Amino acid sequence: MKLTLKVWRQKDSKAKGQIESYQLDDVSSHMSFLEMMDVLNEKLISEGKEPVAFDHDCREGICGMCSMYINGQPHGPDSGTTTCQLHMRSFKDGDTIYIEPWRSAAFPVVKDLVVDRSSFERIQQAGGFISVNTSGNTQDANAIPVPKADADKAFDAATCIGCGACVAACKNASAMLFVSAKVSQFALLPQGKIEAKDRVQNMVAQMDKEGFGACTNTGACEAECPKGISLENIARLNREYIAASLTSDEH
Amino acid sequence: MTVLDSKVPEGPIKDKWTNHKNKINVVNPANKRLIDVIVVGTGLAGGSAAASLAEMGYKVKSFCFQDSPRRAHSIAAQGGINAAKNYQNDGDSVYRLFYDTVKGGDYRGREANVYRLAEVSANIIDQCVAQGVPFAREYGGLLDNRSFGGVLVSRTFYARGQTGQQLLLGAYAAMNRQIGKGKIQMYNRHEMMDLVIVDGKARGIIARNLVTGEIERHSAHAVVIASGGYGNVFFLSTNAMGSNVSAAWKIHKKGAFFANPCYTQIHPTCIPRSGDYQSKLTLMSESLRNDGRIWVPKKMEDVEAIRSGKLKPTQIKEEDRDYYLERRYPAFGNLVPRDVASRAAKERCDAGFGVNETGEAVYLDFASAIQRYGKEKALVDGVKNPSKEQIIEFGEQVVEAKYGNLFQMYEKIVAQNPYKTPMMIYPAVHYTMGGVWVDYNLMTTIPGCYAAGEANFSDHGANRLGASALMQGLADGYFVLPYTIGDFLANDIRTGAIPTDSSEFEEAEKAVRERLDFFINNKGTKSVDHFHKRLGKVMWDKVGMSRNEQGLKEAIEEIRQIREEFWKEVTVPGGTNELNPELEKAGRVADFLELGELFAKDALDRNESCGGHFREESVELDGEQKGEAKRDDENFAYVAAWEWSGDPSTSNLHKEQLEFNDIELKQRSYK
Repeated sequence: MKLTLKVWRQKDSKAKGQIESYQLDDVSSHMSFLEMMDVLNEKLISEGKEPVAFDHDCREGICGMCSMYINGQPHGPDSGTTTCQLHMRSFKDGDTIYIEPWRSAAFPVVKDLVVDRSSFERIQQAGGFISVNTSGNTQDANAIPVPKADADKAFDAATCIGCGACVAACKNASAMLFVSAKVSQFALLPQGKIEAKDRVQNMVAQMDKEGFGACTNTGACEAECPKGISLENIARLNREYIAASLTSDEH
Repeated sequence: MTVLDSKVPEGPIKDKWTNHKNKINVVNPANKRLIDVIVVGTGLAGGSAAASLAEMGYKVKSFCFQDSPRRAHSIAAQGGINAAKNYQNDGDSVYRLFYDTVKGGDYRGREANVYRLAEVSANIIDQCVAQGVPFAREYGGLLDNRSFGGVLVSRTFYARGQTGQQLLLGAYAAMNRQIGKGKIQMYNRHEMMDLVIVDGKARGIIARNLVTGEIERHSAHAVVIASGGYGNVFFLSTNAMGSNVSAAWKIHKKGAFFANPCYTQIHPTCIPRSGDYQSKLTLMSESLRNDGRIWVPKKMEDVEAIRSGKLKPTQIKEEDRDYYLERRYPAFGNLVPRDVASRAAKERCDAGFGVNETGEAVYLDFASAIQRYGKEKALVDGVKNPSKEQIIEFGEQVVEAKYGNLFQMYEKIVAQNPYKTPMMIYPAVHYTMGGVWVDYNLMTTIPGCYAAGEANFSDHGANRLGASALMQGLADGYFVLPYTIGDFLANDIRTGAIPTDSSEFEEAEKAVRERLDFFINNKGTKSVDHFHKRLGKVMWDKVGMSRNEQGLKEAIEEIRQIREEFWKEVTVPGGTNELNPELEKAGRVADFLELGELFAKDALDRNESCGGHFREESVELDGEQKGEAKRDDENFAYVAAWEWSGDPSTSNLHKEQLEFNDIELKQRSYK
């Protein structure tokens, strides 16, 4: 198929970016979206031009490295997929495709389609862990039974891949779905309850400091999340946060 | 003359690790604060090592090329992690896990290391649960297990099909806690460009900030390489796009021996290649072979009709199908180990029976499983005399409950419904058992330089069992390295910070800059990927699933030619002082072009078939096992450790003889 690509090009974080137009004439519908980008880049290199920089690594939907805002949707038109799992059969011959980086003040553009998501790192560093050291003599893994329903819900929350699509989809650029996934995973497990109050307060404080917007319950994050992380987690985050604010000794 | 000392402790195998820990040097807590350790790579091995070392008090600098440690390729592991917990009361034990791993590795691993791996395995699960890793649980709230290929017990812990992700996020959380405390300095989007050796010891690295292009000097008292495997030497593999050999290769060129490069695992059930633009291959879990039957048509005219679209696979009559695994291996059938299943698929496709456009695909068919499960469910649900349609409907429900997510993934990629038509699969490169040679302490032949996880060679022999990679990565990082590294660092408590203005750092940095400038200024005619793809094709065709002397000699020559052409003709756009993915790739492919030759040379040297390494010259000539792989314990029960000498063609071979005192060597049979 023949495609017109309108791609955001930006030399570095300080430069002013603009959309540039490229034609591709021989795109197979079996290609993944990123393979189509590989073909574009090989073409640009052969023409002596600079290829388009974009983040990607595992190409099987789990590492969370790939991003791309495709025709106004994070990770493109297919639901429950990352950009690397999106295939060209989702497009038609003659289509024009707009490809932009994630849009959020907390995710500044590094180059072309690559953004800086280190704000997510700092939120995790503020409390996204259980404070146990590696120990040669931890108690047995089965010492504390965990109800299966809680373990399953904790797992569902823990499948977040940290890609940032929730932020990119949100009109407020809120990171609530991301933060709530980690808070929920630990709040649901007995091992995580001990520090639950500090954790939620520290992570939310860091989230606010990074400049992410507030949540207004639109639900775009859940709709665009490639891993189907549920809005219920945001409700749990709010409960945890309010309870911690009212009962905690600190803060 | 051999210079290799494996440093395996004396004494009975079950006491070696305990005795060793009791005897080795320890650094006291106050002194740990004076010691720097660099860890390259943040997968299960590197992430767990960095967190554990920082918790102990060392000052850690951790490096990854991704934008976050959480994205290292351990994240993609699906199946599970083994541990000798015996929660299922099926008689599992440390010894049994040790035995299965040595046998599964076709008796080419180091016994003492494997025993230690089995010994610490249970502790890994305890640690991960304490960290909040949400493993699958039973209704009573206790941990669930499943069984995996090559073993007779249920010892695999799992978190749905995303065990690697959950374990890595556990290690990442532990790292985050230390990063927040300032005990780990994290360098994301940084690539190690070279190792710096001062007075014979590994004392630092040269790194490139991938965003700004800045070249940085980082010093430490010890350097840990946990940079994963080198499967991407084949261009197409199930590895992530960025997975590379460069960190391991740099230390190899500075004196670390590289062991058994030819030991590669080729996984039988991956989604086939669909065209020349293909960038990577996707694995479908081994568990599918429990219920899928593998076949190709018996008649060539049926193959042609399928390829041209005139016939559908479902229209081929039962008697015209060749269920070749069931035919060749009646005892194990579709559940033969990975290496055997992969070679059998290649044999049929080489004979011309591949079922897709490229001729490289076989069918994995669930129709009989759907029938069988459908009838069972009808009976259980009390439906008497179910119609054909009802049976299929019931059967599909059962199959969906077991493999739903895999079927969905297949449908997304291939756009075919695997409930209605057989899946197409083909083998793909998945894991590399070979790697940097290490002694019992995980130290390489460079003092102070360690290798952990897939980057080292030590535990899996010539073939890795399912669910053992995650176990080894975390064993090395949580429970082996934190002890053994102290033995070396105890001598450095008075050393003080290593200065970075020495001539050694100066020279290493200069060489790095020269190489980067070369790529940018070369202005050749062909892209980096052009050369990587050509290398991959030679590797796959001649150093892949089945190898022979002539092919290997040709491969060595062809790789050499591609390498020469690469240095003349490669083009890298952009500059050095910016984010430049093509420049990153150029450096990695340059290293793959050297590794590829050593890989073929190692495969040529090892004139026996063992595990994932199959030499056509070394097969059983008669009897029941005719045509099957033949191991040669008399001549090849050694680790091949290669010493760099300026060019892969002149690398020197050192042999570490393998001794098996606790396990009897046997032929693997699956007939």
